[in-house]
Amino acid sequence: MADTIRLKIKRQENAESQPYWEEFDVPYQKNMNVISALMEIQLNPVNAKGQKTTPVVWDCSCLEEVCGACTMIINKKARQACSALVDQLDKPIVLEPLTKFPVVCDLMVDRQIMFEYLKKVKAWIDVDGYYFAGPGPRVPEKVRRFAYDLSRCMTCGCCMEACPNVNDKSTFMGPAVIAQTRLFTLHPTGEANKEERLDAISGKGGVAECGNAQNCIQVCPKGLPLRRAIGEMNRLTFSHSLKKWLKAE
Amino acid sequence: MAKAKIIVVGGGLAGLMTTVKALEAGLEVDLFAYGPSKRSHSACAQGGLNAAVDTMGEGDTPWEHFDDTIYGGDFLANQTPVKGMCETAPDIVYLFDRMGTMFNRSSEGRILVRRLGGVKYHRTVFAGATTGQQLLYTLDEQVRRWEDKGLVNRYEGWEFLSAVLDENGVCRGITAQDLTSMEICSFKGDAVVIATGGPGMIFGETTNSTLNTGYAAGQLYMQGVNYANGEFIQIHPTAIPGADKNRLMSESARGEGGRIWTYKDGKPWYFLEEWYPAYGNLVPRDVATRAIFKVCVDMGLGVDGKNMVYLDLSHKDPEELDNKLGGILEIYEKFGGDDPRKVPMKIFPAMHYSMGGLWVDFNQMTNVTGLFAAGECEYQYHGANRLGGNGMLSAIYGGLVAGRTVVEYISGQESGHKAKSSIFEFEVSRQKEEFKQIYKMEGKENPYALQKELGEWMTRNVTVVRYNNRLQETDNKIQELMERYHNIGLDNHNFWCNQNAVFIRQLWRRLQLARVITLGALARNESRGAHYKPEFPDRDDENWLKTTIAEYTADGPKLSYEEVDIQYIKPRVRKYDVDKEVTMNG
Repeated sequence: MADTIRLKIKRQENAESQPYWEEFDVPYQKNMNVISALMEIQLNPVNAKGQKTTPVVWDCSCLEEVCGACTMIINKKARQACSALVDQLDKPIVLEPLTKFPVVCDLMVDRQIMFEYLKKVKAWIDVDGYYFAGPGPRVPEKVRRFAYDLSRCMTCGCCMEACPNVNDKSTFMGPAVIAQTRLFTLHPTGEANKEERLDAISGKGGVAECGNAQNCIQVCPKGLPLRRAIGEMNRLTFSHSLKKWLKAE
Repeated sequence: MAKAKIIVVGGGLAGLMTTVKALEAGLEVDLFAYGPSKRSHSACAQGGLNAAVDTMGEGDTPWEHFDDTIYGGDFLANQTPVKGMCETAPDIVYLFDRMGTMFNRSSEGRILVRRLGGVKYHRTVFAGATTGQQLLYTLDEQVRRWEDKGLVNRYEGWEFLSAVLDENGVCRGITAQDLTSMEICSFKGDAVVIATGGPGMIFGETTNSTLNTGYAAGQLYMQGVNYANGEFIQIHPTAIPGADKNRLMSESARGEGGRIWTYKDGKPWYFLEEWYPAYGNLVPRDVATRAIFKVCVDMGLGVDGKNMVYLDLSHKDPEELDNKLGGILEIYEKFGGDDPRKVPMKIFPAMHYSMGGLWVDFNQMTNVTGLFAAGECEYQYHGANRLGGNGMLSAIYGGLVAGRTVVEYISGQESGHKAKSSIFEFEVSRQKEEFKQIYKMEGKENPYALQKELGEWMTRNVTVVRYNNRLQETDNKIQELMERYHNIGLDNHNFWCNQNAVFIRQLWRRLQLARVITLGALARNESRGAHYKPEFPDRDDENWLKTTIAEYTADGPKLSYEEVDIQYIKPRVRKYDVDKEVTMNG
């Protein structure tokens, strides 16, 4: 008999129902990742007890760790299922949905809140229009590199999952949106709306609620310069608040 | 007065570009997509976007870009739209520059360019090696800006199901399904733009994302939209084979100096450089793919006797590599295990892109009035082979054109047109009925197993090298799979987030399009661009300089042909062992 690997999956039929665990033995192949293991369940939806069951529901798209869709908790760590190679994981492989977002079904969660936060900080450049008006502002390559590193955020939610200050009792918007705020205050045109952006992350749920646990830096799959981004936003919001306070005086 | 409203299906580059152009023109937009735009397949595009910005002072021009594109596509593309695309390309780059895309910069802070295949100029602008992701995010941010103002309704996590056509065959809206609640609804629109990307899943393991299901194009084909040049499928020369998909290793790796080689007589053999001295490692994709195939399959010279050759960057400065190619080196490191800065990568060709797609006119409108298409789901810009860096360009340009022409189309309509509500009710009930039938499927076949068989057959027989007998066998096989489709058993009967039932519905459309691709290839007895038949090794302009049009009938695709617009550049022999100029004088 061919080698098999054991998957232990936390399942949940819908948002309201109770979660339960189900185990599966899937045939092992070389170079397998968690996605291909889940695909094996689709081909043969029978659990480890030999009972017929439903295929596991999960979210995925690119399978090359650039879209962020297949983020889940794998052996207690938030990461993408596509880049989680079976050979490098302890067995049984334990899969759970992210806990900081509402579960939709099985391993699929709803991360809409992260996109709502992007609206709050106006994470876009206010261009005059989509007609042709010549080149944009020149950007020094050094600034561009930092900006590019920030702009690789996939909005996958790993940092939210790992952050102790993102929880039911807090309003903290999390590291991802702070990094995006840094990105758009860095751009020469984006800087024009700096005040509004700083307002959005100065108050409740803003950068001051970061407890400096630095877990986000450990889990970000794209290695975003989060320490620098959060540090700089802290300084910028502080001087922004000070200025406002002085003006009010 | 109520605002005119359009429906855009697809949240990638083409769909989002159409969306912001239409919003700017004052239209309201309903935007449908499988998920948030950041998950779209455009995010996977790596190498860059072609535009003759000539920031390196080489004398590059939009005309050169146009000529390279037509020549690279083996003269099958209609020249008028391609010319428009190449002329607009620099403006597109500057528009994204204004919107904040983080393109790599020169020491003066100007936009940097690099070389890609089939081209002698540095013409490709890029943002690391995740250019598609960066362009996509830029447009997504702009759409979010309008969303914040309440002017665009984003339906994320929805599947487009069908077009709603009135008694005159005019498109008046769509039906769609919420993929969580499984609710099926109809939506009215004054025009509909389809921007759903390529049909990669037909080939199983490809460089495509899982959401490139081919559903929308297959469904529309079944509703009477013509499908053009389906047989032209691009096989990318450099991909990393995997258990779940083949991961793309961008052409920009060769653009930045990467070399392809294998061992011959115990020594490294740079076969592309030897066979194609004029272009070397930067020959177009169809040429590179056939060469790698020849070396591995015909000559048995693949690395370790396997179907693999080396793509080597280990001679390059690691810091520069990280700055210009970081994203793809990371992919190889994470999925392949080795560090490509130190050791050569092992790669093999994989299905990557469809040059063919829904037939559109020069205004991006299909043969169904009011129904438009843009991006990889349509056929217009690449002829028989697409050049690297032209994919994102054509998606954005097609989206721009569609965003403009829908406005013209709507303003030309009688105002206050009211489509009868009965046509929407009818289409919704038809879709509900099909879905209900899927829930009654209790046969023995597993849909994912059928899909796997389809992918294996298509990859084996309808990709790099094509023989008529094998194409015929493949069509027979597809018809057998269509029979077996009716014996599928559904494994999940929940009316909540049922990916199983949705997959089955998609599979039926994939089978339809698979026949279009296979029979188009069977009929075309010549070799042109990506379509290569050893039995007919030459291009045959006399008989085959024409666009294939597939029309749906219950008995299978009916093929007809349409003249190609060649008014600007006269067809000439295409060969990459010599400079392009040599072919112009012969």
